[in-house]
Amino acid sequence: MSSLHKIGVFVCWCGSNIAATVDVAAVAEAMRAEPNVVYATDYQYMCSEGGQSRIREAIKEYGLTGVVICSCSPRMHEATFRKAAQSAGLNPYMVEIANIREHCSWIHKDRMDATAKAIVLARTALAKLNLNQPLTAGESNVVKRALVIGGGIAGIQSALDIAEAGYEVDIVEKTPTIGGRMAQLDKTFPTLDCAACILTPKMVDAAQNEKITLYTYSEMESVSGFVGNFTAKIRKKARHVNEDLCTGCGLCQEKCPSRKAKNEFNMGLNTRTAIYIPFAQAIPNVPVIDTEQCIHFKTGKCGLCQMNCSAKAIDFEQQDEIIERQYGAIVVATGFRPISLERFDEFGYSQNPDVVTSLEFERIMNAAGPTKGQLVRPSDGKHPHCIVFVQCVGSRDTSGCGKPYCSKICCMYTAKHAMLVREKYPDVEVHVFYIDVRTPGKNFDEFYRRAVEQYDVDYIKGMVGKVSSHGDKLQVQGSDLIADKQIIIDADMVVLAAAIEPDPEVRKIATMLTASIDTNNFLTEAHPKLRPVESPTAGVFLSGVCQGPKDIPETVAQASAAAAKVIGLLAKDKLKRNPCVAHSDEMLCNGCSACEKVCPYGAISYMDKEFRVPGPKRTEIRRIAVVNEAVCQGCGACTVTCPSGAMDLKGFSTKQIMAEVDAICR
Amino acid sequence: MKFSYYPGCTLKTKAKDLDAYGRRAAEALGITLEELPEWQCCGAVYPMAKDEIATKLSSVRALVSARDLGNDLVTLCSACHHVIKRVNGDMQNDENIRTKANNYLQLETPYAGETKVIHYLEMLRDVVGFDELKKKVVNPLKGRKIGAYYGCMLLRPSKEMQFDNPENPTIIEDFIKAIGATPVLYPFRNECCGGYVTLSKKELAQKKADVILESAMEQGAEELITACPLCMYNLDANSTAHKLPVHYFTELLAEALGVK
Amino acid sequence: MPATEKELAETIRRISGVDTRKCMKCGKCSGTCPAFGEMDIHPHKFVSMVEKGEIDELMQSKSLWTCLSCFACVERCPRNVEPARLIEAVRLAVIRRQGENYLKADQIPELLDEKLPQQAITSAFRKYSK
Repeated sequence: MSSLHKIGVFVCWCGSNIAATVDVAAVAEAMRAEPNVVYATDYQYMCSEGGQSRIREAIKEYGLTGVVICSCSPRMHEATFRKAAQSAGLNPYMVEIANIREHCSWIHKDRMDATAKAIVLARTALAKLNLNQPLTAGESNVVKRALVIGGGIAGIQSALDIAEAGYEVDIVEKTPTIGGRMAQLDKTFPTLDCAACILTPKMVDAAQNEKITLYTYSEMESVSGFVGNFTAKIRKKARHVNEDLCTGCGLCQEKCPSRKAKNEFNMGLNTRTAIYIPFAQAIPNVPVIDTEQCIHFKTGKCGLCQMNCSAKAIDFEQQDEIIERQYGAIVVATGFRPISLERFDEFGYSQNPDVVTSLEFERIMNAAGPTKGQLVRPSDGKHPHCIVFVQCVGSRDTSGCGKPYCSKICCMYTAKHAMLVREKYPDVEVHVFYIDVRTPGKNFDEFYRRAVEQYDVDYIKGMVGKVSSHGDKLQVQGSDLIADKQIIIDADMVVLAAAIEPDPEVRKIATMLTASIDTNNFLTEAHPKLRPVESPTAGVFLSGVCQGPKDIPETVAQASAAAAKVIGLLAKDKLKRNPCVAHSDEMLCNGCSACEKVCPYGAISYMDKEFRVPGPKRTEIRRIAVVNEAVCQGCGACTVTCPSGAMDLKGFSTKQIMAEVDAICR
Repeated sequence: MKFSYYPGCTLKTKAKDLDAYGRRAAEALGITLEELPEWQCCGAVYPMAKDEIATKLSSVRALVSARDLGNDLVTLCSACHHVIKRVNGDMQNDENIRTKANNYLQLETPYAGETKVIHYLEMLRDVVGFDELKKKVVNPLKGRKIGAYYGCMLLRPSKEMQFDNPENPTIIEDFIKAIGATPVLYPFRNECCGGYVTLSKKELAQKKADVILESAMEQGAEELITACPLCMYNLDANSTAHKLPVHYFTELLAEALGVK
Repeated sequence: MPATEKELAETIRRISGVDTRKCMKCGKCSGTCPAFGEMDIHPHKFVSMVEKGEIDELMQSKSLWTCLSCFACVERCPRNVEPARLIEAVRLAVIRRQGENYLKADQIPELLDEKLPQQAITSAFRKYSK
């Protein structure tokens, strides 16, 4: 143990968060008795200006060479305290945090036990600090280009904002067009403006912006690198239509004889051709061939589209293309889908075509939809006279069949659907079964009340137990809890507000980006309140429903927030690197390559080096590992893999870790 | 293929057909059903309370006896299947029930739910296979429009019964197809027939049975099949209007296999 | 000494194994119950009254004798509350008291008919008598 160290210890109360459970004065007193500690104190809020100035003053007054802060998680305030120490002339890596809040006061009840544990945690931090070396962060360049994964409203908005600030942006969209879920919607709450009217201009803006490149019908293959320097591989799937030659005339679609594929854009309510443009305003306005449906791909015959294309754009031989590009920042905007209703067959969805999901109903109500906006039943094309809406189908469900969370958008779109039906068809009776009506948001509750008070929509507090077909009606059996009755409604259509879930692709994307994901497959924020649009992985940002259920206004706000973070990052020419990187002791390295194989960042390479040796040969050439500090992210995989103990991590050396373990076991 | 077989009380008395046709059909399919020695009544309803131990013991005895014979256990009556399967689940998952039942029974080898319990229909689906069954049909029931009546006991709670999709099951429809007839889907095929309440509140049970029969008739069913003697009673004897013939599924199976 | 209502509520929760706090009061149980029309206290209210400890009133309820044990409420509950288990627990609390059997052996002969299966009698006895 170095006797040159003069260490200060600061114990934070965190108001009552720590002080109510841990005797902070006792912790300070215990630490005062430790070797090398020349100063120890406690204070109400160490992170406040008052707390930080205490650190600065103590560093100067006592000539401190290191500081232990006993406070919250280092994820919360490590950066704050390092900055404070640095401003008083101390190397920021001579600051250690003992987490006595999350790891101690919040999880224990007994004050004696908690205090004892806090002292152990403080001693542990001190043991490590005694072996710390001052570290200096290097710098790396920032590639001035952003990647947006997902071309819905979230991705489009983020891309437009980033482009507006002058940076290049690429959007990768897996379907043949940008636009996403919003393109499928009819009207939008609470103002009832048409989704297409407000979305399509943005889609056109994105397509025409010279800073934005669209990769539609494309998927992410891989991502490597780190903040400021990501390398992405994008698979541009073969459309079998040459985008440069196609004029978007649509003749191929008209001539295509294969017309049996389910139309995904219309939620399978009608069919489409094998060569198709998903919808009239699609961008790019270039068709794609569905090779599983195309007669030419199945039998080698047909080829009608090719014969009729005057632009010679049809290319049956076209192959997938892999594009490799560098990016400084990545925005994930992968969106959502409604859950499958196969585990909710009590509502008869799979047994009756007139039981539809809300998104299907959206297509039925849409002027460009399968019924040209006419409200008719899918089964027989008849006009319905009574519609029952069921909310919370699969939301707030802890039985294992659905999702435990509230999907957030259903109360509002159900009120919208109910209102639109009553507005357009006053003869239609509309009932809504609800558990709670949740309408926080500007003009939201007023909107819902309008459905009730102005449009006479019948809101029933209760839930549907069973939907069964009865003649050409749907018998809806449910509860009316206010009346304490079981009621039966003979309906013509039933609309189910199915829960929403993150697009399943997000799992693959999250793995590629080493971005964390929660139990519901939503991406996790770096901090739920203070860093809501950042992923814990530096340089990866979150936009839209991939982070949690939200409506269009919230999605757009978050998309712009993510863009602001990207712009802030791209505006920098250099980034400070994490100095806690691996290094190899060349005298111990035996050149086995084990570390190179486990390194997820490709930061380790090998070189031959000449070493002096005793004996007549005097020198010999040995193969040794070399770490590229600009690429290493300090994960430590190499240090635990190295069989000869040559690899070590700066700031987290094996010696330091062992000293921590010793301190705990003391 | 050999199984232990638990017939249950009612199959020895009022529902002899369900049993007799089931045995004959199994034989025709090359399956040996060995009746468990000295089985006792399962109690007909699953005792839901966590502190009910004694009422579960007869099921445990049957399960232990199948285990000791080294056989999977086949049931035929829906109620017996429900009770034995759920008690087996308790023996696997409820430590308190397992300990107390074992303490009481003083077995040489304690029982922890090792026996696999399958219903006759599951045996047809998973062991014989409906495709194989179809091949063995000598007398396909062509043109017969049959509604499957599942009732409650086979399906629910689905987490424990693991029988089929509880809201849109297909196993009996697949069975009907395999014996050459036409299944008729109707929405009330998994709703309650009134069950044991028929003893003290006949009218309540009648209402329930009538709704089921009406639903089946409306969708074009000309007869119903069931695996439960109590469902049979409620649908056949206790319902008021709209009579449809109701059969045990084993009767039709035996007919199709030419062993009726 | 007979159990207090509070003790009874504790017993009901214990022997049913149901955590009534999981209920989000959606009413799907009452929307689905095939015996709803013959009950005085409906399934959703039954859950709520156990939660509040109002067991004396539940023990007088005719719902105890009309529940069909069809498990539709159990199957369809989005929160895994299992109302049928609560009804069974209260039913047991009644019939476990001396002289409180709902069905007595001497009533049986008049209830029988030629086709009635044994299963019906056994089930009813298990449900209604101790």
